[in-house]
Amino acid sequence: MFEKVLLKNADKPESHRIKTYLKGGGYEALKKVLKGYQPDQVIQIVKDSNLRGRGGAGFPTGLKWGFVPKDPTVPKYLCCNADEGEPGTFKDRQIIEKDPHQLIEGMAIAAYAIGANKAFIYIRGEFAFGARRLEEAIAEAYEKGFLGRDILGSGFDLDITVHRGAGAYICGEETALIESLEGDRGQPRFKPPFPAVKGLYNSPTVVNNVETLSCVPHIILKGADWFRGIGPEKSPGPKLFCLSGHVKRPGVYELPMGISLRDLVEEYGGGTRSGRKVKAVIPGGVSAPMLPESRIDVDMDFDSLAQAGTMLGSGGVIVMDESTCIVKVAKRIIEFFHHESCGKCTPCREGLDWIDKIMKRLEGGNGRKGDVELLEDLCNNIFGKTFCPLGDGAVMALRGAINHFRDEFEYHIEKRTCMVA
Amino acid sequence: MKDLREKIREISKRYPDMRSAIMPALYLAQEKYGYLTREAMEEVAEILGIPPVAVYEVATFYTMYNKEPVGKYHIQVCTNVSCMLLGAETLVDHLRKRLGIDVGETTKDGLFTLSTVECLGSCGTAPVMQINDTYYEDLTKEKVDEIIKTLKEEAS
Repeated sequence: MFEKVLLKNADKPESHRIKTYLKGGGYEALKKVLKGYQPDQVIQIVKDSNLRGRGGAGFPTGLKWGFVPKDPTVPKYLCCNADEGEPGTFKDRQIIEKDPHQLIEGMAIAAYAIGANKAFIYIRGEFAFGARRLEEAIAEAYEKGFLGRDILGSGFDLDITVHRGAGAYICGEETALIESLEGDRGQPRFKPPFPAVKGLYNSPTVVNNVETLSCVPHIILKGADWFRGIGPEKSPGPKLFCLSGHVKRPGVYELPMGISLRDLVEEYGGGTRSGRKVKAVIPGGVSAPMLPESRIDVDMDFDSLAQAGTMLGSGGVIVMDESTCIVKVAKRIIEFFHHESCGKCTPCREGLDWIDKIMKRLEGGNGRKGDVELLEDLCNNIFGKTFCPLGDGAVMALRGAINHFRDEFEYHIEKRTCMVA
Repeated sequence: MKDLREKIREISKRYPDMRSAIMPALYLAQEKYGYLTREAMEEVAEILGIPPVAVYEVATFYTMYNKEPVGKYHIQVCTNVSCMLLGAETLVDHLRKRLGIDVGETTKDGLFTLSTVECLGSCGTAPVMQINDTYYEDLTKEKVDEIIKTLKEEAS
C-alpha cells in the first residue's frame, strides 16, 4: 500500500493552517537545510533524487537549479508556476488549497539552493480562493519566522509575493509567465537565453511547478534514495494524477509514478460511469495525444508514455467512453488552442486559425474530401516551428486523434454526420 | 477605506519594478469600477507612472479584465473537454433559456452576464461554472436553477 506523501495532510481538519502543518513535521526540512547544508549540497540532493518537473516537460529539477550562476552579486528569482491551465489538470489546486505550507516550504528550500531572496507564485486568475489561501499561509509563515529576514537565524532572507494571472493559458509557459510577471502581455520569449541565465528582470530565474516544489521538503527529510525508490528510477516519485471525463470516480489520486494507465482508469477510477466501454484516454492533459482503449496498458511515467507516442504532461487523465465523438473532442481541443494562441508567431497564430475553421466545418457535416490530409499538412507546418510548445500541443492532440481514429474523420466527411450519433 | 491610489501604491511595493504592478492594479480598478474603461486604465497608468499604452496592452491581452460592463453576477461556464463530456453544452443552453440571453449578453436588469470559458481547472467535479470569484461544481440543471434562484433573492 502506497503511503501518501504530497496529499498526506489534505484530509486533516484545517489542513491549510500552519499549526496542522507543523504538527505533521512541517518546516523540519527547511530547518535541516538552513542548519546543515550549503546551497550546492541541496542542489546535489535534488539531482540525486531524479526529481523531474511536474508541470509537463519533465525536465530534471536539480539540473535546472544547477544552471543558475553562482555570482552572489546578481539578484536571482524563484517563480512558482501555479498557472494550472492544461485542460484535464486540477492537481496543483489541491496542494494550494489544502496544504499551502508544503509549497511554501519547498519554495524556501529551492530559493536557498539557487540563492534567491525574492520569489513569486504566479497563480491563475480564476483561482481567487487559492490565491487568498496562499496569502494567508504566507502571512502565517512570516509570523513564525519561516519567511522574511534572517530566517531561523541563518542569515537567509526570502520574500514571497502571490501574483494573479488573468485568464491566459499561455502564461503557464515559463518565459510567457516571466513576461506576464514583468507587466507585459504573456508572450513567450525566444530561448536561449534560458531563464536560469536571463529570466525575470533579466536576472537568473528558476520557474518550477507547484507539485515539483512540494516534493522538495520530502526529498530533504527522507533522502534522495527514498524518492528514487518510488516508481521507475529515471522518472520517480509520488505523482498526482487527475482523473476526469466519463470515469466513475473522478478526482486527484496520489500514486507512485509508473502505475499502469489501465489500473488508474479501471481500478481507481472505477471504469466509466455509464458502464460503456472505454473508447480512448488522454493521459496528460489535452496536449497529450489520446490513446485508444487497446493501448492503455502503459506505465504512467515520462519515459514510458513518450515511448507510447504520447506524454505524461501534467498528469491530467481524461477518460472517454464509447459514446464519444472523437472528431468533436478534437474540434474542442483545437478551439481551445486557437483561442489561447498568444499571436506572437505566425505558424501557431495562422495555422491554428485555419485548422479551427476546418475542424468546425468537418464536425458540422460540411467537411471536404482531402480535409484530413490538409489538416495533416497544416500540422506539419506548425510542429517544431513555433516559439513555444503551445502550437506543438495543438498538433500533438490533433495528430493523436487522426492517427487512432482516422475512420471517424473520414466518416464525418463522407456521411456528413457523426459515427457515434 | 483606502482609495485606489493608496492600494495600488501599496501593492507596487511588492515588486522590484512598477510595471509588474499593472496586473494587480487592473484588478483593483476593475473591482472599483466594475469594468475597465479607458479612463480607468489611464488612471492606473498615471498612478504607476507608466505610459497608458503599457496598461492598454496588458488589459486587452487577458480575458479576465472586462473591457465592457458585466452584470452583478458574471456566470462563466467551462466548456472544455472534461466539462463538455459531462454535459456543459446542455447547461449553457439551459442557462440561455432560463436567463433569456445569449452567451456574451447581460440580462436587462443587469444581474447576470453569461459567458463560456476555457478550462477552469476543476475537471474532477465537472461540469463547472464560476460566478464572480466562486466555483460551482458537479452541476446539474436543477443545481443551476437553485443557484440562480438564490442569487436573484440575494440581489433583491
